[in-house]
Amino acid sequence: MFAYYLDLALRSLKRNKALTALMVLAIALGIGASMTTLTVLHVLSGDPLPGRSGTLYYPQIDPRDNSGLFPGKEPPEQLTLTDGQNLLRAGRADHQALMTGGSVPIQPDSSSLDPFYVEARYTTADFFPMFGTPFLYGQGWAAADDEARVRDVVINSELNQRLFAGADSVGRTLRVANTAFRIVGVLDNWEPSPHFYDLNTGSYGYTEQVFLPLQTALGLHMDHNGSSDCWGNGAGGIGGTYPSEECVWLQFWVRLDSPAQVAAYREFLVRYSQQQKSLGRFVKAPNVRLRDVRQWLAYERVVPNDVRLQTGLAFGFLLVCLVNTVGLMLAKFLRRASELGIRRALGASKRALFTQLLVESGVVGLVGGAGGLLLALLGLWLVRHRPSDYAPLAHLDPTMLLVTFLLAVGASLLAGLLPAWRACQITPALQLKSN
Amino acid sequence: MKLHPMIAALRRHKAGVVLIALQIALTLAIVCNAIFIIGSRIERVNRPTGLDESNLFLVTQQWVGAPSADTADGVEKLDVMQREDLAALRNLPGVEAVAPTNSLPLLNSSWTGSVSLKPDTRPGDKSGTRTAYYFTDEQALSTMGLKLVAGRAFNAGDVRHQGFRDNPPRPALIVTKALADKLFPKGNAVGSVIYSDGSGAPSTIIGVVERLQIPATGSWGNNFTWYSTLVPTRLDANFTRYAVRTKPGQLDAVMRAVTPMLYKVDPMRVLDDDSVKSFADIRAKAYRADVGMAILMGVICLILIAVTAAGIVGLTSFWVGQRHRQIGVRRALGARKLDILHYFQLENLLIAGVGAVLGVLLAIGLNLWLITRYEMSHLPVLYVLVGTVAVLVLGQAAVFVPARRASNVSPVSATRAA
Repeated sequence: MFAYYLDLALRSLKRNKALTALMVLAIALGIGASMTTLTVLHVLSGDPLPGRSGTLYYPQIDPRDNSGLFPGKEPPEQLTLTDGQNLLRAGRADHQALMTGGSVPIQPDSSSLDPFYVEARYTTADFFPMFGTPFLYGQGWAAADDEARVRDVVINSELNQRLFAGADSVGRTLRVANTAFRIVGVLDNWEPSPHFYDLNTGSYGYTEQVFLPLQTALGLHMDHNGSSDCWGNGAGGIGGTYPSEECVWLQFWVRLDSPAQVAAYREFLVRYSQQQKSLGRFVKAPNVRLRDVRQWLAYERVVPNDVRLQTGLAFGFLLVCLVNTVGLMLAKFLRRASELGIRRALGASKRALFTQLLVESGVVGLVGGAGGLLLALLGLWLVRHRPSDYAPLAHLDPTMLLVTFLLAVGASLLAGLLPAWRACQITPALQLKSN
Repeated sequence: MKLHPMIAALRRHKAGVVLIALQIALTLAIVCNAIFIIGSRIERVNRPTGLDESNLFLVTQQWVGAPSADTADGVEKLDVMQREDLAALRNLPGVEAVAPTNSLPLLNSSWTGSVSLKPDTRPGDKSGTRTAYYFTDEQALSTMGLKLVAGRAFNAGDVRHQGFRDNPPRPALIVTKALADKLFPKGNAVGSVIYSDGSGAPSTIIGVVERLQIPATGSWGNNFTWYSTLVPTRLDANFTRYAVRTKPGQLDAVMRAVTPMLYKVDPMRVLDDDSVKSFADIRAKAYRADVGMAILMGVICLILIAVTAAGIVGLTSFWVGQRHRQIGVRRALGARKLDILHYFQLENLLIAGVGAVLGVLLAIGLNLWLITRYEMSHLPVLYVLVGTVAVLVLGQAAVFVPARRASNVSPVSATRAA
């Protein structure tokens, strides 16, 4: 029966080519536009560390005085060095790492390469096991090395390629800011997107090429990059000395595997704040947050507003295209009232008629969806060639491919529903008589 | 022509009428808001920074292994290095003026603070006015091409230097007219004393420039976009920025010559592809998202209008076909071609009118929703009015071809079977 309906649908669609083309085009444009923007939105709000991000938490505490430079009730988005080190040494989580961003000059041994600056991350040892960074060669430094201020460095594969042509460089020396470091590990491609663990340095398309032990970097007065917010007598800014304990400029991540651990850690943060208040360091009542990766990204609103607006616009556009298709299909089906009347008179049930008409609108949706897919690919290609931080990320993945098709067929079936139902309501006798 | 029979006829096509009206309403709502967004983006991109933007470029460089800016000794050494660079740049053929600066408008790298009429204010004190500082020297005005409207420009005697993190007094300042008017509404800014960043040390306003935008283009800078302050101080750190104005037509040549020349002065530094940037590039980068958004919205609006017009054409064509026989009857009973044409035109006007009324409500509702979510301002009435007229005209244009076809139906068709 389905094949027969398909045949009928194709015949009917062929009868009025311009109208069919208009319906297909409208659906294709609507689907193309909404899939392009939805894919960009999907990519930008993606999970930076699939499988791990659910157990990673970002503790926030409130060490500020009441001078009120920061509006709102939320605690600051980073930690002071004192609090960071206190939380790190307390070691209440399975894994914890204190970190901040920087920018360091690399001085290659070979005279053919001029010195150059790369983005760096100053962090404690747990960074690597906690985030599950893949290593091409070697591994991270040990936790004990943090306090010992060892001069170990982990580099990424891009830098390894540039300096050592991709060879295993573990054990070799790297001159960073006039200091010799020993390479202990080379990361394989690792580029979490968004750059969730430090959003101050840009949310997308940002990778560090060098990872140094935090205490070592602080000891050598390496340049700090990112934001630092101060209050009271603190002096912020960016440079070689580090802001005082009245400035927040470090990020701290912990790994907590169970809800019980999360609750215990939150309790610990409150107790820590109370203790600091009784010591006279904190002024405010305990004001703590413990967000996981997803909540943190939502709170920081990493997805640009423009992208959300574009997605909204595209879906509005799809809606108009669908209303348009509903109108056209309705007109088309009702014009065939006499044909449908005859079929009814010859014994076809309402249900059969309804199915037939839905098959017809489904065909329009399928063709429109295919066209929309092509348009979406074109749209994403255009997005990739626009100069923005997230441009290289705009690719269609299998999930979005499936969503595209379901959306296209679903939308046009939905568009066919009302016209098909209306067309089934005709009384066969009346239609036969009028002719 | 009476509306009554027309409405009676439309009642028989309820679903179709509702759909066209709905489509027109949605189109009007979306296009109005989209064009408003495009308009505000274009306005943002086109506002002048106050600089003379042609023949201007910026050099950003970093020294490798430079002395630390945290010691007095290091600051002096860094200042010597910076002055060497400045002297070399000023001697380069084709260069008109060079000024050190921590930033430029649209660069999105800012040093902000507050200025107040009162000394020793606490941080967070509400009496201060937010401002963005440009730390520069006596060639600032000629390099940036700023227009002095009162007082005098900096001279060599005003210029000091300081470590990047130090916070010494700032005895002389130049402010923008917008900031001067905010602080001194009576217009007596020049010669008056203000206090910067809660300091107790007085700063005298020695000059006022007409206009100078702050470096930040993000929404957080929206409430002090024109409140800039120029400080006659070279900042000493391991990195520096130099704004360079060239003689007309020599921008490219000078930009190419800068990197090798600076390496000759001191090879222990890093200059990469991004280090030498024309102001045109800085502007393009600052506004690329706005321009992209405007283009995208524009394209979607055009397609949306086309789809709606095509929908009207399609549906009206069907109605004309459906009413072929009725039209014939009317013609046979004496209606002129013009009457038939007017009938369909008026019918469309009626539907589009209902759609437009609904669309205006939707447009305003959508705008109010956008305001709550995306820091947008109120949709001006003009946009809505123009949009309404536009959809009515669009409807008339779309209906013309099928209506004319209807008017060409011959009276004879009344006698034939449909």
